[in-house]
Amino acid sequence: MDAEQTRAVLAMMWRIRAFEERVGQLKRADEVHGLIHLSIGQEGVAAAVCGQLRTADAVYSGHRAHGHALAKGASMARALAELMGRRDGLCRGMGGSMHLVDVEHGFLGATGVVGGNIPLALGSALALRAAGRDAVAVVFFGDGAVQAGLFAESVNLAALWRLPVLLVCENNGFAEFSPRSAHTPVERVRDVVAPFGLAGGTVDGNDVDAVWDAVAGLLPAVRAGEGPALLECLTHRLRGHYEGDPDRYREAVSSAEWRERDPIARLQRAATGDGRLDPDELPGFERAARDEVERAVLAARESPFPDAALAASLVYGR
Amino acid sequence: MITTYARAIGAALATAMRADPSVVVLGEDVSVGGPFTVTTGLAEEFGAGRVLDTPISEAAICGVAIGAAQSGLRPVLEIMYVDFLTLALDQLVNQAAKARFMSGGQLGVPMVLRTQGGAGQRGAAQHSQSLESWLCHVPGLKVVMPSRAVDAAGLLASAIADPDPVVVVENKILYPRREQLPEVVEPVPIGVAATLRPGRDVTVLAMSRMVSESLDAADQLAAEGVEVEVVDPRTLVPLDLPAVLDSVRRTHHLVVAHEAVAHGGFGAEIAATVQKAAFDDLDAPVERVGAPFQPIPLSPGLEDAYLPDAASVVAAVRRVLGR
Ligand SMILES: Cc1ncc(C[n+]2csc(CCOP(=O)(O)OP(=O)(O)O)c2C)c(N)n1
Ligand SMILES: [Mg+2]
Repeated sequence: MDAEQTRAVLAMMWRIRAFEERVGQLKRADEVHGLIHLSIGQEGVAAAVCGQLRTADAVYSGHRAHGHALAKGASMARALAELMGRRDGLCRGMGGSMHLVDVEHGFLGATGVVGGNIPLALGSALALRAAGRDAVAVVFFGDGAVQAGLFAESVNLAALWRLPVLLVCENNGFAEFSPRSAHTPVERVRDVVAPFGLAGGTVDGNDVDAVWDAVAGLLPAVRAGEGPALLECLTHRLRGHYEGDPDRYREAVSSAEWRERDPIARLQRAATGDGRLDPDELPGFERAARDEVERAVLAARESPFPDAALAASLVYGR
Repeated sequence: MITTYARAIGAALATAMRADPSVVVLGEDVSVGGPFTVTTGLAEEFGAGRVLDTPISEAAICGVAIGAAQSGLRPVLEIMYVDFLTLALDQLVNQAAKARFMSGGQLGVPMVLRTQGGAGQRGAAQHSQSLESWLCHVPGLKVVMPSRAVDAAGLLASAIADPDPVVVVENKILYPRREQLPEVVEPVPIGVAATLRPGRDVTVLAMSRMVSESLDAADQLAAEGVEVEVVDPRTLVPLDLPAVLDSVRRTHHLVVAHEAVAHGGFGAEIAATVQKAAFDDLDAPVERVGAPFQPIPLSPGLEDAYLPDAASVVAAVRRVLGR
């Protein structure tokens, strides 16, 4: 990443971090509703991947989707309003955290069914290719989704049809409350897909420069129609599976060690160390992000709740 | 033009594909027509780019159709047997049916899922079911179930043009049936029933294969002086309730006939709805014709006995009339 790219990615990571920390507070205050899965500690993947996409590229995500939505361009205020179930939310209060959608920015959506988003991205890729566009589809999912049948079916199909799709696995080593070793004997997702000949590999997902470089290396070929790629990003969530989760199951995992590897702190150290960024500019990223969040909170609180007639009108298009 | 139910569907697909380049067909073995030859000839005319053979991955190909529909195509997905729709139900129910709603109206899923059900070919318990009532239970899906070639073609045209996911449940026994069709088949609007035989004494609301069985039953009963009105809803969701009520208000008796297991079948929903809306017009409780609550047996005598037919309709009409 050059200095400009680094600034953009760092700003995005801070926006996601500030947004999600505030969402955690608002959840405890019962102002946002439903199951809330935060990606604190994993922001680098969303920022480095989406930072290299175009609006026309389609992005799908799963239950831990706030970062992907924001990084693809969704308005923070409208995302927050959605989590609050308000009428000015991205989805007019009908979807919430696990169903964020922002078609205008090419965020085709989050889904609460683990693995359910993967074939949707393939279909989107098929349509983008049929339209003769050099757009790609990208889907984010966790390591838990890899054991779903849909993953195997989708990897096979993406490879068979050479679809312009980038599969991004955020391997945080946990699915809900249990470690990857309790789900599968295959540690690395890269090994699961080995026979299919996908481009890609495994990177340290908390090393944002490494994620950026990996994506920069893969994306042109996917865009050019040379077939799908899978990028496995090793990362760690610094919060529980969902907000309110007692988080006792992870005592074995040293939080201190992972805090050391916090992707924001790490990028700031790297970028100031090699002179891309001036140490003086660092506080501005966090401040700008927290200010934006407070404005988003005020705006979202202003929005009314949707009425039943609106809900009833959204079931069918005709 | 004399054609078959299967050929009429194939021709409707070709017509839609000629008119709209965004229409694509995908499914297992569709390029060679599949087991029922419905899609025969499409690959030759439209090429492998628009007639896509898929691996045996019902869940993923359903998801692919949904994603493609969300990004500008109008996919027509074939699930070879409705029995295998179980594998695709997560995608259909959790993604396709809810995308518009959950996205606050941003996403549409203009896809068609064609499948076929029904017994009568000794297919046994996993290749013969009628599972449409599951689909009717899911807000966001539309469900059509044509009984005639003209409706199969006309409803398919409307389904492809529809902004919502539409499931077309065809019937394997009907595929080879011959029928006289006009040169140009007009689209049949979704949600509009058809009265296939007028009658004064009792309304038989029949679906899919049970329509022709009900027409046979009506012939038999006419000989006894009982005039049966046969109504085919054609679309189950959204149901043309006004048409059903209009008929029931004239005949004061209703029999609902489908091949699916009666227990929890769509006939139960119709019976409840009609009894609520037209209680004072009914002279007797609504009667239902459906299969018994057991899997479909292989053994020919057992399968024949299991399947509702014209005699089942005659018996139900007699019950509802108290004769
Ligand atoms: C099909 C399905 N099964 C179970 C769940 C419940 N569930 C929600 S998140 C989750 C764990 C997912 O783990 P992973 O894919 O690794 O994502 P992460 O939470 O680590 O980001 C489970 C089991 C679900 N939402 N969907
Ligand atoms: Mg995980």
